[in-house]
Amino acid sequence: METILLQLLNGLDKGSAYALIALGLTLIFGTLGVVNFAHGAIFMIGAFCAVTLSRLLSLSFETIDPTKVDFLGNPAKIKTPYVEAWFGHDFGGALIDWAVPLAILFSIPIMIAVGFAMERGLIKHFYKRPHADQILVTFGLAIVLQEIIKYFYGANPISTPAPDAFKGSFDFGAMLGFDPNMIIYPYWRLIYFGFAAVVIGAVFSFLQFTTFGMVVRAGMADRETVGLLGINIDRRFTIMFGLAAAVAGVAGVMYAPILSPNYHMGMDFLVLSFVVVVVGGMGSLPGAVAAGFLLGILESFASMNEIKAIIPGIDQIIIYVVAIIILLTRPRGLMGRKGVMED
Amino acid sequence: MFGLNKKDTTFLLIVIALTLFTPILMQPFAEGSGLAQFNGGYPDLMQKVAIFGIFAVGFNILFGLTGYLSFGHAAFLGIGSYAAVWMFKLLTMNVIPAILLAMVVSGIFAAAIGYVSLRRSGIYFSILTLAFAQMCYKMAYSVLTPLTNGETGLQLSLDDPRVLDGASEGHSLPVTNIFGLPMNASYKLEALGHVFTFNVGFYFSAVIAIIAFYVAIRLFRSPFGMMLRAVKSNQQRMTYTGLDPKPYTLAAFVISGMYAGLAGGLLAAMDPLAGADRMLWTASGEVVIMTILGGAGTLMGPVLGAGVIKYLENIFSKINEGVLHQWFSFLPDGLEDLVIWIFARFTGEGWHLTLGVTFMLVVTFLPGGLIEGLKRLNKRIKGGSKKRDKYDDPDPEHRPEPGKHVA
Amino acid sequence: MGILEVKGVGKRFGGLQALGDVNLSIEENTVHAIIGPNGAGKSTLLNCLVGKLIPDEGSVTFAGTSVLGRKPHEINQLGISRVFQTPEIFADLTVMENMMIPCFAKRDGAFRMHAIENMEHEAELIAKAEKMLSDVGMLEKKDMIGSAMSRGDKRRLEIAMCLVQEPKLLLLDEPTAGMARADTNNTIALLKEIKETRDITIAIIEHDMHVVFSLADRITVLAQGTPLVEDTPDNIKGNPKVKEAYLGETQQV
Ligand SMILES: Nc1ncnc2c1ncn2[C@@H]1O[C@H](COP(=O)(O)OP(=O)(O)O)[C@@H](O)[C@H]1O
Ligand SMILES: [Mg+2]
Repeated sequence: METILLQLLNGLDKGSAYALIALGLTLIFGTLGVVNFAHGAIFMIGAFCAVTLSRLLSLSFETIDPTKVDFLGNPAKIKTPYVEAWFGHDFGGALIDWAVPLAILFSIPIMIAVGFAMERGLIKHFYKRPHADQILVTFGLAIVLQEIIKYFYGANPISTPAPDAFKGSFDFGAMLGFDPNMIIYPYWRLIYFGFAAVVIGAVFSFLQFTTFGMVVRAGMADRETVGLLGINIDRRFTIMFGLAAAVAGVAGVMYAPILSPNYHMGMDFLVLSFVVVVVGGMGSLPGAVAAGFLLGILESFASMNEIKAIIPGIDQIIIYVVAIIILLTRPRGLMGRKGVMED
Repeated sequence: MFGLNKKDTTFLLIVIALTLFTPILMQPFAEGSGLAQFNGGYPDLMQKVAIFGIFAVGFNILFGLTGYLSFGHAAFLGIGSYAAVWMFKLLTMNVIPAILLAMVVSGIFAAAIGYVSLRRSGIYFSILTLAFAQMCYKMAYSVLTPLTNGETGLQLSLDDPRVLDGASEGHSLPVTNIFGLPMNASYKLEALGHVFTFNVGFYFSAVIAIIAFYVAIRLFRSPFGMMLRAVKSNQQRMTYTGLDPKPYTLAAFVISGMYAGLAGGLLAAMDPLAGADRMLWTASGEVVIMTILGGAGTLMGPVLGAGVIKYLENIFSKINEGVLHQWFSFLPDGLEDLVIWIFARFTGEGWHLTLGVTFMLVVTFLPGGLIEGLKRLNKRIKGGSKKRDKYDDPDPEHRPEPGKHVA
Repeated sequence: MGILEVKGVGKRFGGLQALGDVNLSIEENTVHAIIGPNGAGKSTLLNCLVGKLIPDEGSVTFAGTSVLGRKPHEINQLGISRVFQTPEIFADLTVMENMMIPCFAKRDGAFRMHAIENMEHEAELIAKAEKMLSDVGMLEKKDMIGSAMSRGDKRRLEIAMCLVQEPKLLLLDEPTAGMARADTNNTIALLKEIKETRDITIAIIEHDMHVVFSLADRITVLAQGTPLVEDTPDNIKGNPKVKEAYLGETQQV
């Protein structure tokens, strides 16, 4: 029981990331009919927003402290971050410590701007083009974004820690009444899951309860009809793109402490997220979320030693195996609608 | 001749001539001259062009004709390499059995993967092939380590059996050969200040590439090729005409998988080493880029695309800041630094950026690829003198209008 | 017994009963028209015959064999060809290639790996395709790309593609819809000639009464998914039930 719960929990954070990326992919696909291979790059840019903010906050100036000497006998140089100088040691220090959560606020305008720029500058011209062209041009864009990040941040992963308060793990099992030390769970992963749940809930309520969301849902169901009603869908769809970019971006920001950001993480996640979208059913938002968690959790179960002893290496390929089985038995995916991408 | 009409025969003969004289044609600049770095006539590069040309020609049989965009073709390249290296280890260093096995094994994998993936079309198909390729990649690193040697990659070793070659004498690894002629043997010719290298490996790959290209022409012109274009154009009409699109598409998938396997086998024949990296999705993306850049659905396009990409990759990666300084030293200092900075982003390490940008530009502005560009240019040069309608163009080679089911 | 026997066929789309208890028998070598107001289920019925849809109940037999559960290409190989409501041709291929494909399908079946053969060596099939093209008056357009043709030409090409297969049963879904008067008359002439010169059974869905009465031997009136009456053209003209359900409405159009 404990092991099962533990694996379930372990799968949640990855599942959350899959679900968030897949959600954005599905939104873009469902509304704009565009297959966006650059969506992983947006996730990656989000993660680098966290890196950037944490670097910005730690920008320091040097002072020489004549009372101390370093080991070479020279007067010691002391680095003081500007924020500590401006806001005082405690508050400034807290700002630096909390760089990752703060980066959510920092990243949202950036990601929305990136999304708008992508849609207006490039994707817009590809609505009427075949899906192959859309895949190819966004694939090219993904390479470009990846290389730009690589130029500015280098090829190595950049460790970006969570705030001190959430470092380390806690005994989740004991809290739930299991034996102590059975289920030790890192704080940040739980936070990530909670955060993902909030974002997903927000996106769904937005689509459910606002007129904007209603039009978008109608557009997803039947684009032409909504267009005929004289509603300007194009502008809404641009906003949709920005929203999808923001969702993927904040997903990336919060993931930075779990996986040190590197320039190719976007593509690694994108491939899996596409599989998630397809398993969930192209164009189905609940399907994307459900499949994201399902595959994340399955992956975590497959990495249990007991399972790996039976089928070695299964943890590496479980997602693909499941995807293939589901597509063969339920060609439309778990919750796919009839007629989406079928001809 | 060769079962081709006159136009195609001429075309094939030109291609053969160009290929065979590549070591000379790609070496236009005298040794030691400032432009010598643009020479492409060294064996390593020319072999790569030939091999990736085969890969792209095969990919084009699937994508160009049927419109099914596979994003996992590199898997077959990798499988071909592994199969070939195993042949070198177990049987003989002669490359013929190795590339034959490479084709057979990748053909079997293509049949299995294609059978499953082709149950869906469009974007689903692209993602299924991508998933299968990633799965092969991951398996090569994990479960299949006994077959693939995991991260180290599959290599030759001194105590391999090589039953046909007999006991290996000496302490160095044997080299791949074709009936005793080593693949890395070269003949260097110096003339007029140029150095031309004629390499066995290149000529072997070139001959195979010509054969592969010839088969592709035959296929394009055959009723089967027409059926594949029908698959792309209108599957509904096809089924209601009494044809089953599935086996046609599967056959195209297997053939193009075997082309990829052949290319992978040849890569191993040049350098008997196989690693899972060859199956990574970026490698699958590369062949897509080559095909699109040259012109999907055209005969020559993929070869042209492979040549351009491999040549540029080679040249661009070699240009470092030192070289740039030489070039732009005539500019005033501040401007020189700026220009060099910009160029440096796209050369050397920045090659991938160039690739990505090229890709975006081509897909956006020239969806027909370079071949289409050349045709347009040609038309513009000829000008209004002969007003030609696009429909009385005698060239049966169709410009691929991407079909509606295309991923 | 007719060459095509439809017995008790029903088809629902969700809550909508598109077809209910359809019985239809089409005699060999006749032209049988199916008429009815928009949404009556005419196209749906055709879809059930060619395997595009599978009826929820009932049976469809063609020349003694059941077509239910067969794939569309298998049904075509039995000898049923279909012309669609909106022309379906190979738009990226030339007219000649459009004609060659059904020729190959007829000769070689659903799949054959003829990858090494040369198209130019298929003299027999080429002659057959060209003969058919000249019959429909399109020979001079044989090198045109499908997408470049007018709608009327596309329709004619589609009919030619079906005819070159020498089907036993030809299904036509509103072949003159959206055509100019001259094109319509050409099509009527073409179909008349086919009817007189070939061993062929034709089922035609049509809104244009001029077309129907010029061609049909028998007429079935479909309304709300069920056949209302089946009779000869003359009797249909005088049938008040039909007038009420249908004719009065379209005559004004
Ligand atoms: N694939 C489908 N899904 C749902 N409803 C359909 C489908 N095809 C047809 N219908 C409905 O069935 C009815 C009959 O349609 P159809 O056979 O096209 O009529 P007709 O050809 O006589 O004008 C219509 O109400 C139509 O909306
Ligand atoms: Mg209809």
